[in-house]
Amino acid sequence: MARTTLPFGPQHPVLPEPIHLSLVLEDEIVIQAIPKLGYVHRGLEKMAEIRDHNQMIQIVERTCGICSTLHAMCYCQGIEALMGVEVPERARFLRVVWAEMHRIHSHLLWLGLFADAFGFESLFMQCWRIRERIMDLQEATSGNRVIVSVNVVGGVKRDIKPETQQWILDTLKLVERDVLQLKTTVMDDYTVQRRTVGIGVLTKEKAFELGACGPMLRASGVAQDMRQLGYAAYGQLDFTPVVETDGDCYARTLCRFNEIFQGIDLIRQAFAKLPEGELSVKVKGLPSGEVLSRVEQPRGECLYYIKASGQKFLDRLRIRTPTFNNLAPLLELLPGCELADVPVLILTIDPCISCTER
Amino acid sequence: MNGSARVLSNLNTSSAPIERVVSFTRIFKETGFRFVTMSCSDLGEGIDLIYHFDKDLDLRSMRVVVPKGRAISSITSVYSCAMLIENEIKEHFGVDFEGLPIDFNGTMYLDEEVHKTPFCKIGIVKKPAAEQED
Repeated sequence: MARTTLPFGPQHPVLPEPIHLSLVLEDEIVIQAIPKLGYVHRGLEKMAEIRDHNQMIQIVERTCGICSTLHAMCYCQGIEALMGVEVPERARFLRVVWAEMHRIHSHLLWLGLFADAFGFESLFMQCWRIRERIMDLQEATSGNRVIVSVNVVGGVKRDIKPETQQWILDTLKLVERDVLQLKTTVMDDYTVQRRTVGIGVLTKEKAFELGACGPMLRASGVAQDMRQLGYAAYGQLDFTPVVETDGDCYARTLCRFNEIFQGIDLIRQAFAKLPEGELSVKVKGLPSGEVLSRVEQPRGECLYYIKASGQKFLDRLRIRTPTFNNLAPLLELLPGCELADVPVLILTIDPCISCTER
Repeated sequence: MNGSARVLSNLNTSSAPIERVVSFTRIFKETGFRFVTMSCSDLGEGIDLIYHFDKDLDLRSMRVVVPKGRAISSITSVYSCAMLIENEIKEHFGVDFEGLPIDFNGTMYLDEEVHKTPFCKIGIVKKPAAEQED
């Protein structure tokens, strides 16, 4: 049987993310997948050499358009740890609110793209219609739909007033109703089940061994979520990770659906417990030392390594995004699958190449 | 202080000699640690490689200082998922990892005509295409 090498991406109709793979095929079966990165590599880490630690917040926010506030939160947490800064309670709870908004809209965006990948275009439109409500909330609370720039070292720079909180809670009720309807429609659908059940099975052992993170890991039965660390105000909220055990594309879809509901619940809890007080503390001086900061982004664990020596510029900033880690499981899942399943498998890791290549 | 930011100290970071990096990594794996990633910085005389592992949300690090120009064994024989990050470090810092299953040879992010390592003053020597195939 002759072997064919087929380029997949970086421009591909199935997803806007410029993922690039070289697929080695035998007939319609994938034998090997070799990743090719670099299409949107911007060298953001290098910017730390010419921008001070406060200016870097704006840079790291632009690592990803989907989880901008989580990048900034992760970075700020690291700098705060190095400088011994205690963030005000109110700021911690508000960080949770914006983080969960990001998770909800990211999962809805993914679900739309996933539906589009197997030709369910009306579902794609429904998901993105619901997502618009969250984008409106982000715009109203931060002034921007996509890059939600609210974090500073020492807290947050915007407050959410009680009347806005009520409007958010009312909107979330509508989102919850719509997603619940969508969940029944999607998960019971024959075509969805045919395209996802038993496809791309990642066992618990393999997921752990390959360093999977986020819904990729939890859908394989590993109850690990960085929010268990209790950063921001998660330690004061009722939270247990969403876990599925089948490890296939269906389980990962279900996991993300349930995380949307969990996100809504966490925002409600955060507003119910939101204390009065300052939004930020004044921070003086320059960071010094080495720190590892972690948060749970919609796609999984994000890690920042920051090295500073009390100078204006950081010595080193390293960003490890969740997609970077989930590429290894993807490369494990692809060999042996049919060519027609490749888009579904790629989307099942919820790839963000902009994050990955930085 | 929040629990998600861990300042590196002797309590959570160990050091390993360059020639024992694989055996030390194997100990992490055998004791149930997940490979998280690697970090790297230029120390001037050498490259500071830090391997990060996690077990039940407890993050541990292992530090190896690699003299510039000297190769280090790849840990992909223990954790195959380290392949991409080792390639990234090779490209950005010029550290040569021996035994990489897929070696992009400095072209993972950067174009072939780029011969400088962005984060380190030394450059990597790229092999000619014919030699790579051998």
